[in-house]
Amino acid sequence: MRRFTPLFLAAFALFSAGCEKKSQPTPADTGPQGQATQPAPTGGTPPASETLLLGEVSSLTGSQASFGVSTQRGVEMAIKEANAAGGVKGKKIAVRVYDNQSKPEEAAQAATRLVTQDKVLAIIGDVASSNSLAMADKAQAAQVPMVSPASTNPAVTQKGDYIFRVCFIDPFQGFVMAKFARENLKLDRVAILQDNKSAYSIGLAEVFAQKFAEMGGKVLATESFAQGDTDFRAQLTAIKKTKPQGIYVPGYYNDVGLIARQARELGLTVPMMGGDGWDSDKLFELAGNALDGSYFSNHYSPQNPDPRVQKFIADYKAAYGNTPDALAALGYDAARVVIAAMEKSKDLTGPSIREAIAQTKDFPGVAGTITLDENRNAVKSAAILKVGDGKAEFVTTVNP
Amino acid sequence: MSQLIQHLINGIAAGTIYALVALGYTMVYGVLKLINFAHGDVMMVGVYMGYATAMMLGRQARGSVGGVLLIFLVAMAGCALMGFLIERFAYRPLREKPRLTALITAIGISFTLSYGFQLDIGFLPGSAPRAFPQVIQPAQWFTLGDPEFPDVVLWNWQVISLLLAVALMGGLQFLVYRTRFGRAMRAVSFDHRVAALMGIPTDRVISVTFMIGSALAAGAGLLYAIKDTSVSPLMGLYVGLKAFVAAVIGGIGNVPGAMVGGLLLGLVEEFVVGYAASTWRDAVAFGFLILVLLVRPGGLFGRVAAEKV
Repeated sequence: MRRFTPLFLAAFALFSAGCEKKSQPTPADTGPQGQATQPAPTGGTPPASETLLLGEVSSLTGSQASFGVSTQRGVEMAIKEANAAGGVKGKKIAVRVYDNQSKPEEAAQAATRLVTQDKVLAIIGDVASSNSLAMADKAQAAQVPMVSPASTNPAVTQKGDYIFRVCFIDPFQGFVMAKFARENLKLDRVAILQDNKSAYSIGLAEVFAQKFAEMGGKVLATESFAQGDTDFRAQLTAIKKTKPQGIYVPGYYNDVGLIARQARELGLTVPMMGGDGWDSDKLFELAGNALDGSYFSNHYSPQNPDPRVQKFIADYKAAYGNTPDALAALGYDAARVVIAAMEKSKDLTGPSIREAIAQTKDFPGVAGTITLDENRNAVKSAAILKVGDGKAEFVTTVNP
Repeated sequence: MSQLIQHLINGIAAGTIYALVALGYTMVYGVLKLINFAHGDVMMVGVYMGYATAMMLGRQARGSVGGVLLIFLVAMAGCALMGFLIERFAYRPLREKPRLTALITAIGISFTLSYGFQLDIGFLPGSAPRAFPQVIQPAQWFTLGDPEFPDVVLWNWQVISLLLAVALMGGLQFLVYRTRFGRAMRAVSFDHRVAALMGIPTDRVISVTFMIGSALAAGAGLLYAIKDTSVSPLMGLYVGLKAFVAAVIGGIGNVPGAMVGGLLLGLVEEFVVGYAASTWRDAVAFGFLILVLLVRPGGLFGRVAAEKV
């Protein structure tokens, strides 16, 4: 039976190779190889090749895969559009995509690979703050500008002056939902269920708790879970005992869907509230009707009548067959901000692209108008969406 | 008090599933002295088979006894076949090799399944978690306190899965200690070379052991998916590791030990999460393992040098 062993090993190798790396430099393969002989990754040497290579690190597999895939499609679309319009400074743009399997350690490794081996001009990524935090050190050290599409944890851009984002930050989302809960929903007593493994979730929960208390409400209980848990009944049982009027669950869609189902099952019928981590079609599939009447804050709503947004939605639908979620919109915006900066940049080195990104002002993104402040964060408004009937309806906008 | 009862119910529901998965570890270890780290991933594949069956049945699967039985049958039979193939082509060629070789192969199979199932081609499901259909229509069988805001809820699926698990465990115990085949299993476990000399078809016994273990994993996986309403390619790694801990706590190689270990682990985790914090869950679970191993190195039910199945 020994002859079966090589066959088996080959199959295994095939699988692991297929999972580890899904990189597709879009127009041509010449870019990265041509650059392989170039000296040190200081970001100070202009590339000599025909294509301008960008890097992207995204959660294409693992627990946040739905976010990662959407983002990657948004980026891909932005680059295709830019190339169709003639590229940047007469050159085509390519993107090298690495999967981080939704894990910070993989994200850090991918970022290292992008700056040392592939020598990309800028990095786009990641969605989850924990992953972006792991990548930021690498990008900063190599002086390669990094633009996160959707990492909302404040610490991300504090990693250094090469790190940017095109979304608002957690304190703002926590504040928005606390304000909405007090003023629109008129809630007095709420409980919080946070994901202790995610910097994003803790960040939102902290600000929500603080602002909600400042506005005269009472936080009855703060329970926690760890990303990847599938049984939340113990926490929900403890929360139920406090008889809250609402539960703030700033988690990701895959956890929230299960939490909602199990909460309803235990007899907890109060509305839930959350942040942009809820935004995925998968949420409705996982939650069934359990989230009807719940609310979350988000970066954009596809129901926004702005022609710019509607054109983006139509193009995206034509390319991928479904309505883009906020992550796709932010990925698209992030890539366009980078491309615009490359166009403005003097010599396409790390420092000069960084300079150009930092000057982004009133940039017309599909997820709001982007102006980067001195902390390299985007200042923009948030949308509140209400869940019902397997979809999210636009309720109102809350400004900073 | 009512909170304690609810935690007890939840803990038993979680523990039953650990126990069922642990049985598969324990059986394979008992017979082959091999820790089959692919066991959890076989369970995951079983859940996807059940998922596919439920999707094909559509609405008929919901709440109908026949539909649920069919889902379990397909998944368990499919996994039994898969267990057979894995043993035949991955472990048997290595049987006379150092034990570490088979262990590494087991880890390889585990990764092949869990990452292979994240690919999104053809019939493979892709990486995003999916909602498992409610094949057992949830109903409250018992509530305590205000009916609108009950303190304690006992669900039909909790009772059904407990009964099903107990039945599967009882069947296994009967098979091992009351049948000819069970006697052959115990003989192979004791010394497979001598057993072969005595005319026991060791290869067949080992194959069937793998098939039974894998079928049990599929059954446990379906109960898990029904409980937590989701299925994802990485679920096997997590549940598999926990069930392995349960098997070791109970004394690996010991059938009643695996059951007790699973139930204890489920209860410990539930109480830790309910009364402390969920971040402590894994730390306490593994701390509990270390404690048991310090006091009784063979596990709670393990007897050093006794016959093991």
